[in-house]
Amino acid sequence: MSQPMGESISIEERFEAFVAEENRVEPKHWMPDAYRKTLVRQISQHAHSEVVGMLPEANWISRAPSLRSKLILLAKVQDEAGHGLYLYSAAETLGTPREKMIDDLLTGKAKYSSIFNYPTLTWADMGAVGWLVDGAAIANQVMLCRTSYGPYSRAMVRICKEESFHQRQGFEIMMNLSKGTKGQKEMAQDALNRWWWPSVMMFGPSDDNSPNSAQSMRWRIKRKSNDELRQEYIDKTVKQAEYLGLTIPDKDLKWNEDTGHYDFGEIDWTEFFDVIAGNGPCNAERIAARQKAHNDGAWVRDAASAYAKKQSRRKKLEEETQDSAA
Amino acid sequence: MLDTCDFKTQYVLHLADDALVLGQRLSGWCGHGPILEQDIAISNISLDLIGLARQYYQYAAELIGGDTTEDSLAYFRESREFYNHLIVEQPNGDWGDTMSRQFYFDTFHFFQLQHLTRSEDLRLREIATKALKETTYHAQFSAEWIIRLGDGTKESRKRVQKSITHHFPYALEFFETTEFDKQAHDLNLGPDVRELKDKWIEKVREVLNIATLDDINSDAVAKKGGKRGIHSEEHGLILAEMQSVARSYPDAKW
Amino acid sequence: MKNETSKPWPLWEVFVRSKNGLAHKHAGSLHASDQEMALKNARDVYTRRSEGVSIWVVLSSSVIASSPDDKEPLFAPSDDKAYRHPTFYDIPDDVGHM
Repeated sequence: MSQPMGESISIEERFEAFVAEENRVEPKHWMPDAYRKTLVRQISQHAHSEVVGMLPEANWISRAPSLRSKLILLAKVQDEAGHGLYLYSAAETLGTPREKMIDDLLTGKAKYSSIFNYPTLTWADMGAVGWLVDGAAIANQVMLCRTSYGPYSRAMVRICKEESFHQRQGFEIMMNLSKGTKGQKEMAQDALNRWWWPSVMMFGPSDDNSPNSAQSMRWRIKRKSNDELRQEYIDKTVKQAEYLGLTIPDKDLKWNEDTGHYDFGEIDWTEFFDVIAGNGPCNAERIAARQKAHNDGAWVRDAASAYAKKQSRRKKLEEETQDSAA
Repeated sequence: MLDTCDFKTQYVLHLADDALVLGQRLSGWCGHGPILEQDIAISNISLDLIGLARQYYQYAAELIGGDTTEDSLAYFRESREFYNHLIVEQPNGDWGDTMSRQFYFDTFHFFQLQHLTRSEDLRLREIATKALKETTYHAQFSAEWIIRLGDGTKESRKRVQKSITHHFPYALEFFETTEFDKQAHDLNLGPDVRELKDKWIEKVREVLNIATLDDINSDAVAKKGGKRGIHSEEHGLILAEMQSVARSYPDAKW
Repeated sequence: MKNETSKPWPLWEVFVRSKNGLAHKHAGSLHASDQEMALKNARDVYTRRSEGVSIWVVLSSSVIASSPDDKEPLFAPSDDKAYRHPTFYDIPDDVGHM
């Protein structure tokens, strides 16, 4: 930099140059309002997905067919609460309190990953969700470890470290089922049939139909496009399905020598947008469950606040008494 | 089962059943807690208890021998063959109910484990030594919540008072001696449960007092039966849910 | 919905000493109503995989943070004290590791 920065360069442009050089943005740094808003929306959506995503899996904790699998599933769902918490914390550094984000979720203003609006119907779904849904989530999360906002990227690093066991536990369930009795194998195939397409949709609309993507890429919030991530996921998962001896429900799925990737069939975007719009099989149940937990917990949170207030008043009084005695 | 296995095995199963049934109940909070932080905390306690149940069941399975496993004991016994205390099978209710149930149990569990760390039986000693650390934490956690709710708002005081009063007679079953308790004590495996009562009452009173809650009702009559396999009607439902997948595929490995 | 006006639990910053001999490092934050709860929550949230031997919690509102002046410090990080860095000095290889 031999010349002082020219006046013609706007602060926004300098910001983009800053992130383009792989610098991390920290809470007290200047940032464009739109960057802040995009982040709050994305991180809180991500946090909501972790928390709502607990529900379809928690549904099977009580019925896990062995004590070992019960412990693992419970630990996994608990991790998701932890991940939600890390993400809410990251978003809070941008000046939005968690209460506000949760309020947006409970009033339907905020979105979460539409995959969690599908029901978990058999034990095999615990395998499929871990293997496919977490598999898809991890592709996205690994990318986000290098996102430009410091607190978000650090939360993602922590999450990725913990998440590595999640996909394995799912795959292990699928392995046991596909090696098991006829009934178990059928259960596994049925779960794959139901979860495959929703998991492919998890990466969101195609790039040419994803208006915010380009800006997010420029800001280094996202590092790869929806379609790139989707392709990576499919390429990886097809081989795993082969290993399990299960059939992916897509008759157009075919290895393409030229591209070095799998070609796959048409995604039913109508279904995707329907579920996002609230018309999925479990949208109402999921939000109702979160509302109930929040409302039923209100008196508990209030009690703890009231107790803390009393305690600090007592402490103050004690100090004053000591002071006046001295 | 009571007739077919020895007293030591029954005693170990009794310890295991307490841990499993309470762990199972607590896991119902996962995803539904009053705030994320507490959701995580209560799941931790559930994980500790189910983990503890596994260790006891594995030991019991070894004592029974043959092809008995931790899972056959957890998933293929009937309600009448479970020897857990009635209190652990009580419904989660609201957060105050869960904390009240937990506080009574943790306090008892702490003294019970303390004793088990001096058991004649090496295996029980090892299991109890690890579990005692966890339970120390659980007991602090639930006592702190009883205090927060008792000395919190008017509403919380009213609610938790109701839970504490309601669960007290169930808690008294801790100190009812069954044949396996007696035998276990005679063999120096475990405590004479009657001797834990004074310490338990003292600790409970101390916490209730700090929590500004009413003193215990010394006239209360114990609700008992669980340790003899006579449970509440809910117990069968807990098992029906817990065992449903395992029993639908009896030949399966998971 | 009742209690809508009630104040949320305050935010705490959590610092974890991962191993004996190491300094406490910022792990993240959480909400808790009082300090006992903050410590317990920190243990449950940030040390689920035995990541810690010691924990500090401090109210986030008590943290005084330096503030990068809006523009310049962000875009022109000053590296004018290069002499503070070991690479500033040219030491012949013969001298060995220093």
